Amino acid sequence: MRLRTNGRLVAKNRPVHFTFNGKRLQGYSGDTLASALLANDQLLVGRSFKYHRPRGLVAAGAEEPNALVELGRGDRQEPNARVTQVELFDGLAARSQNHWPSLEFDVGVINAKLSRFLPAGFYYKTFMQPQAFWKHVYEPIIRASAGLGRAPETGDDHTYEHFNVTVDVLVVGGGIAGLAAALAAGRAGARVLLVEQTSGWGGRAVVDRPSIEGISAQDWVNATLAELDAMPNVDVRLRCQGAGVFDHGYALAHERLTDHAPKQGGPRQRLWRIRAGRIVTATGAIERPLSFAYNDVPGVLLAAALRDYVVNFGVAVGERTVIVTNNDDAYRTAIALHDAGLDVPAVIDARTSAKGELPEQVRALGIKVLTNSGIASVDGGKRVTGVQVCAQDGEGTVTETIPCDCVAMSGGWSPVVHLWSHCGGKLVWDEPHAFFRPDADRPPLGADGEGFVIAVGTANGHLFTAEAIADGFSAGRKAAKVAGHTRKPGQAPMGDDVAEDALTPVWIMPAQAPYKLRSKMWLDYQNDVKVSDVQLAAQEGFQSVEHAKRYTTLGMATDQGKLSNINGLAVLSNALGEAIPRVGTTTFRPPYTPLPLAAITGVARDELFQPIRKTPVHAWHDAQGAEFEPVGQWRRPYAYPRGDETAHDAVTREVVNTRENVGLLDASTLGKLIVKGPDAGKFLDMMYTNMMSNLAVGKCRYGLMCSENGFLMDDGVVARMDDDTWLCHTTTGGADRILAHMEDWLQCEWWDWQVYVANVTEQYAQFAVVGPKARQLLQAIGGMALTKDDLPFMQWASGQIGGFDVRVFRISFSGELSYEIAVAAGQGAAFWDMLVKQGEAFGLMPYGTEALHVLRAEKGFIMIGDETDGTVIPQDLNLNWAISKKKDDFLGKRGQLRSHMVDPDRWKLVGLETVDGSVLADGAYAVAEGVNANGQRNTQGRVTSTYYSPTLKKGIAMGLVKHGPTRMGEVIAFTKEGGGFVDARIVDPVFYDKDGEKQNV
Amino acid sequence: MSDPISALSLRATHGSVQVSDTGVHGMITLRGDLASSKIRSLCKDLVGLPAPAPREVQVKGDAAVLWMSPDELLFVLPYGSVADSLARIAKVLKGQHHLAVDVSDARTMLRVDGPFAREVIAKLAPVDLYPGAFGEGQVLRSRLGQIAAAFWMSGPQTFEVICFRSVAEYAFDLLAASAAAGPVGHFPRGT
Amino acid sequence: MLILHCPHCDRMVDETDLHAGGEAHVKRFGPGSEAEEFENYLFMRENPKGVHFERWRHVYGCGKWFLAARNTATLEVYGTYSAQTTEPPQAIRDAISAKQPGWSWGTFQ
Repeated sequence: MRLRTNGRLVAKNRPVHFTFNGKRLQGYSGDTLASALLANDQLLVGRSFKYHRPRGLVAAGAEEPNALVELGRGDRQEPNARVTQVELFDGLAARSQNHWPSLEFDVGVINAKLSRFLPAGFYYKTFMQPQAFWKHVYEPIIRASAGLGRAPETGDDHTYEHFNVTVDVLVVGGGIAGLAAALAAGRAGARVLLVEQTSGWGGRAVVDRPSIEGISAQDWVNATLAELDAMPNVDVRLRCQGAGVFDHGYALAHERLTDHAPKQGGPRQRLWRIRAGRIVTATGAIERPLSFAYNDVPGVLLAAALRDYVVNFGVAVGERTVIVTNNDDAYRTAIALHDAGLDVPAVIDARTSAKGELPEQVRALGIKVLTNSGIASVDGGKRVTGVQVCAQDGEGTVTETIPCDCVAMSGGWSPVVHLWSHCGGKLVWDEPHAFFRPDADRPPLGADGEGFVIAVGTANGHLFTAEAIADGFSAGRKAAKVAGHTRKPGQAPMGDDVAEDALTPVWIMPAQAPYKLRSKMWLDYQNDVKVSDVQLAAQEGFQSVEHAKRYTTLGMATDQGKLSNINGLAVLSNALGEAIPRVGTTTFRPPYTPLPLAAITGVARDELFQPIRKTPVHAWHDAQGAEFEPVGQWRRPYAYPRGDETAHDAVTREVVNTRENVGLLDASTLGKLIVKGPDAGKFLDMMYTNMMSNLAVGKCRYGLMCSENGFLMDDGVVARMDDDTWLCHTTTGGADRILAHMEDWLQCEWWDWQVYVANVTEQYAQFAVVGPKARQLLQAIGGMALTKDDLPFMQWASGQIGGFDVRVFRISFSGELSYEIAVAAGQGAAFWDMLVKQGEAFGLMPYGTEALHVLRAEKGFIMIGDETDGTVIPQDLNLNWAISKKKDDFLGKRGQLRSHMVDPDRWKLVGLETVDGSVLADGAYAVAEGVNANGQRNTQGRVTSTYYSPTLKKGIAMGLVKHGPTRMGEVIAFTKEGGGFVDARIVDPVFYDKDGEKQNV
Repeated sequence: MSDPISALSLRATHGSVQVSDTGVHGMITLRGDLASSKIRSLCKDLVGLPAPAPREVQVKGDAAVLWMSPDELLFVLPYGSVADSLARIAKVLKGQHHLAVDVSDARTMLRVDGPFAREVIAKLAPVDLYPGAFGEGQVLRSRLGQIAAAFWMSGPQTFEVICFRSVAEYAFDLLAASAAAGPVGHFPRGT
Repeated sequence: MLILHCPHCDRMVDETDLHAGGEAHVKRFGPGSEAEEFENYLFMRENPKGVHFERWRHVYGCGKWFLAARNTATLEVYGTYSAQTTEPPQAIRDAISAKQPGWSWGTFQ
């Protein structure tokens, strides 16, 4: 309900309309969805995960475990939005999740009646046997009931972006400690980025109102912000969460730019990728719930959260609020409620006495304070109707029932140590305060060997204003100094606090509660984990906190146990009879709260998902309706279907036309590396298995490259350009890889050799003019002399064709007369157009990569990636002719002498022809007699390339077969897709023009 | 011989920060001993500029010479002068181990120009672009999104970007999207 | 993410602009080497928890290789240096000794 007073963040003259489960509701500008729902008395916001119990708001910030809703529709639908972090805007539409058929009436609640049968580890115990049930019974049931929210079904029409920055000091958290840190670092002259996850500065101080420097916390915050704003070296960002800290000072922050203002233009969210010299984590602390029976009934919430709702938004959860605590801080809630005109029938304090300044103030207001007391049980179903009071040190005998409609609880505070811990910062158990805090002596270490994260303020265990603000200021100064900024930032601001008495740790309320009560004390609201579950896990032997977490699901899912971890861990250590620090915490992993995948993706989606490399003729291919295939990041035409042609028909036509007339291939993607220098020949002799140093200027030679293991890694034609320059062609995907390979050996092994390498792949468009009419076509166009005598096979020359400056290579990957012509890339499209136009008279047709494959397979030419897979050596492919025996050394030579490499049983390359003319399946295995140790059929070979040959009008294939070359003519069986076998004859892999007469004319 | 064309045919966006293809440029990669007096004098010869120190670019009008690595320079000069320049290099460095190649057609040059050009680049490149850390006279080689790129500032709010020709469209669209999304407001105003 | 100093460019470089090249100071064995030597060269690595020497290439930048001395457990970087050496320079060894007295790695200490 909305109060007449209070509400520092809301503008009561600016109403905002929104809907919840279709119901039209009103809030104010400045509300969060959480406060607006409370203002409309919408206490019930969701159902729990396992028992589908009704759940209300527990918290007011990022730690809220219950109130997850679905926002928007269609391409703006978003699941699992935490209502405490959603700022209200006009037209906001929210729906509750995890219930069926409705929030008010949910059939899943039957699980709760069965809760005795759904203990910790229920899934593991129940769904174990029989194994056959897994796939068709258990998994569908678990999948249907698991998961929170619905995944969006359409795209997302927002834009997202990344932003890279380097700063001296990143400050995470805009409370007074974070502001003080930024102030000190900024004054010192450091580059500072200060991020705050909420939409307001000041953290708890502006709610709890201590004084700072003799003025109110709010005035101090305003003055500090004004000073920070005026500093050009400081950037401050609201709605920006420090999400993760990573090695060497890398950090991610997630900024929500328009979530609260969907009509505003620009990106919706921005992911900051930050490199920080030092990271100051001023992330505050989270209040802990108390574990009493039925502490999950809507209307039970954290004391400080209730204070936030009252002070910040002017809303309350109920008229009569009982406060239950083990510390002084919760008394502030009693005062705030009293000030707002609300009734506080009692403060139930678990401590044996409460004589601090705040309890005395509360007593003076006429509020009853019950010490050594606890809540035995909460009454009510969908809403609190009262509490039953008992002695804290007893078994829960009810001494009194107090009617109320709200319970505010406080079990003390836990510093938010997540960012400190992400990169390995260690924690220490602080006995007096009963919390883990950062151990300053064991911070996460950076590249300089020093701690690079400094936790400050309440995140560092300083719960009081004076020490928190001084801590922040000193850390800011220290962090700036590391980056060399030593200007004096002045004195630390002075804070002033009310003194507080110590808390008494309370992990179970009442301390001697029987099972009946313990089995209703919720530790983890989101996952329905209760005190009894953790105790059962301990009893069943789950002693490690990491194991107990996974067994019980405590601290899993979207909230990652922000409220439940410490309470759960305390229960576990008590059950194990171990001290809390001995049991330790689970691992804190980034991000702090879930990041949308869209924010991580940033701009890399749709057209910009990944770079597509395009040749200078790409637009022409596209205009012709070519079917493209990806080759690395390149897109190459697979075939150019005409009219109603299928791709298969097109390939057949392209192959036949190339064999009969002339074909044109865009080979621009082939890698081209210039290798130059006095030692270039010697170097290439090491790189290639064959000799390159003795290649004559003007000639070309096919070469193989192997890794030191001996395995074939790339192939291509090498051309000698001049006395000390070679041009090495690589495979399409190989240019960058082979360049890196060459640079590695030149820089790291033979750095005294005088060789330079340059990648000129993209300088040239390169086209293969292929077929019996290739020469006629080029001669008709006119230019350089291209007869057999002018430019013999395996030679190259430069000159002009049709007025274009070109370099022509007489090399062939098809077995036909072939000219590969390189022209400057900027003239590639014009040159191609000319070839196509002039080629018309000769029956020229462009052909794609599939025709290229068929043409080469008919000739028995190998393809890197088909015949090779990283375990194949050239000898396997009968390429011994390309391995120099004269050279003392080349990369791979020693590797190829290893015992397994010279094993006569290695599978070797052969041609394969099916007996029935059909096409073998790609990758099919040749079966052998018997079975292996796993009961699988033995194999004796496999298919590496397989095509329909339009030239031979039947299926042809290449494969690796055990003792293959000595088994010519033998018929062996290959597996077929869908089962069964097909017989194929072992033949010579050269199916077409065995003597190579056609390419050498 | 036809007129050379750039990969994007002078495509340009309009907006507060403009992204444009600046057309064809002559570019020569020269690898060699950068400390040698002959290479230093070639910088003067070819583009009328002093040799750049590590991480530096020397710029005069449309001409530039960039430090690319400890043994590599990139000359940017008129497209039509590449052949003569290569001949000049060959002559001057005769007998001295080096490699000089024409890469004019292998590259695309884009310009990002406008008040928040610095932030447009910082959205895409994992480098420190804070005004005190990077400005005119310096060159950076890093990534833009998922591709390799080199860039430098030719004016207080102008970046020149070089990338491979095959990814010109990706680079252009990436920069255009980054510019269209507007400023971040992180770098001090007017830088 | 590791952020290392490229000694060639004299600037800090994100790991995503680098290519990791495995262990440094591996001595090549070629034809004529014994099976064990060759196996050591190809497959056997120090792979320590603690002081380590690695190869990195500034692939998106200058394209040059460099070596890094760092601690695999704490991620402290003792220094980066030219790849054109067969052993860590004395200054790097001293920097390690200052933090990890008595360290050893392969035959180096």
